[in-house]
Amino acid sequence: MTALPKSTDKKLGLVIDLDTCVGCHACVTACKGWNTQNYGAPLSDMDPYGKPEGTFLNRIHAFQSQPETGLAQTTHFPKSCLHCDDAPCVTVCPTGASYKRAEDGIVLVNEDACMGCGLCAWACPYGAREIDQAQGVMKKCTLCVDRIYNENLPEVDRQPACVRTCPAGARHFGDLADPTSDVSILVAERGGMDLMPEQGTAPVNKYLPPRPKDQIQAPVMGGDEDILAPYLAPVAEEPKGLLAWVDRALEKL
Amino acid sequence: MHPAPSVIIFSSLSGAGFGLLFFLGLGMPAPSGWVAFVFYVIAYALAVGGLLSAFFHLANPKNAVKSYSQWRTSWLSREAWAAVAALVVMGLYAFGQVFLGTTWTALGWLGAALSIGTVFTTSMIYAQLKTIPRWNQLPATPLMFLSCSLAGGALLSGNVTLAVVLLLVAGGVTLWHWSAGDTRFAEAGSTLNTATGLKGKMGLWEKPHTGENYLTREMVYQVARKHAVKLRVIAIALMSLLPALLILVLPTHIGAVLAVISHIAGILTQRWLFFAEAEHVVGLYYGAHLGKAAA
Ligand code: SF4
Ligand code: SF4
Ligand code: SF4
Repeated sequence: MTALPKSTDKKLGLVIDLDTCVGCHACVTACKGWNTQNYGAPLSDMDPYGKPEGTFLNRIHAFQSQPETGLAQTTHFPKSCLHCDDAPCVTVCPTGASYKRAEDGIVLVNEDACMGCGLCAWACPYGAREIDQAQGVMKKCTLCVDRIYNENLPEVDRQPACVRTCPAGARHFGDLADPTSDVSILVAERGGMDLMPEQGTAPVNKYLPPRPKDQIQAPVMGGDEDILAPYLAPVAEEPKGLLAWVDRALEKL
Repeated sequence: MHPAPSVIIFSSLSGAGFGLLFFLGLGMPAPSGWVAFVFYVIAYALAVGGLLSAFFHLANPKNAVKSYSQWRTSWLSREAWAAVAALVVMGLYAFGQVFLGTTWTALGWLGAALSIGTVFTTSMIYAQLKTIPRWNQLPATPLMFLSCSLAGGALLSGNVTLAVVLLLVAGGVTLWHWSAGDTRFAEAGSTLNTATGLKGKMGLWEKPHTGENYLTREMVYQVARKHAVKLRVIAIALMSLLPALLILVLPTHIGAVLAVISHIAGILTQRWLFFAEAEHVVGLYYGAHLGKAAA
């Protein structure tokens, strides 16, 4: 049923740390791997030896930004479904294939009911849904619903594939409805934010802003802390000989 | 948005077809026998032809029948219901006129309401989408679809005076939809800053992938904007001005046929623009609007 639940018991979702993400695409690969071999239609690749393109549930963009003051920054920007509370992709679906689970808030597609009209992808502001070109059904992040509750996996692996794999620890998974959960504390401490709040989707996933890098954060080096420093100190402050002559000649020009 | 021919043909042809059914349902005219038969063949060919074309737009059409299940929330599902209800009711009404020579007035009115209702549900599929600010115009988007459908219907049903008025109205509403639509993206307020939460002047440093993907092909369509103004002029001339002129100065069957052809060509152009000019906010993540955001 494509009516949204009034409220969900839990709000499972991701918190993505834009400060930590190094843009390695490991989560993209892990996501594609897990979701090709497990629940639902595999994520196809089209024309791999020509003009390749494929279905992905998670993609990493990279942006540069120049704040009013301070240095420009580069930010790697992972983007997958935000499991919105007020998910427009769900209510537009005519077949009932798209739904949001009342128990944990995960937004899923029932591929056996999807007719591939693509309207839900139009309704999502974030580009989190793609029709698989081989299967003709709508694909989206499942929050790895087949991992997080999967008792066949060791407990440490009962996390989304992208979270489990991230070498930088930039992706965190948890219940954002519980103010005492690790993810909620992280969001509170780091000022977690919503993407495109003006779209009114009330995303569950939050993004932690990059810390400002407008000053050199290393301590000032006195020389004592570095045993090589004395040997590397400039030997002659004033140029001598030929260099001195060149220097003087250039000054006069 | 990618101007897929199937969807453009659907919305143009079925709009005209349901417009014709609307006037037939109102008894304007109320033909019988062979004349009625020809009218209904034209109306059904347009309406059903359009629907079939939309059907081929589906990536997984075997589940299309399930689209009748979510009428409580989904405009696409409501459209599916309205279209079938209109076609069934108008089919019965047509049967009366073609084979029995009787006109069931109340049934016709119901059919007329369902026919124009179908066009309304189609327009709401687009108008509801906040993600595409140019489409998300109330009431301009539904009014544009409705006025075009009524103009086409009046033209096809031979209500000449009404057709002239409605053709001009449809042209006027279209101009309004375009001019109001030109500022909608800015008014909606989505920028690369709101899309990422990052501060300052922004630029796209690297796309997530070197090739295209479903999103960039479907939603980040780059229209040759230098032609947009010319196409707007052509659309208004063909859909509105020329057919109105033709039926006034050439009040024959030839004039009417030419007017219909011109009108449909104009509507096809207008619908192409409706898609090609519409920008989805997801384009921001792929570098759309960067010129404006950085300025
Ligand atoms: S991010 Fe998009 S696909 Fe995911 S719930 Fe929100 S609107 Fe739906
Ligand atoms: S593509 Fe599938 S899931 Fe999306 S709106 Fe259409 S039927 Fe529903
Ligand atoms: S939660 Fe799972 S499906 Fe979603 S982006 Fe991560 S790996 Fe992909």
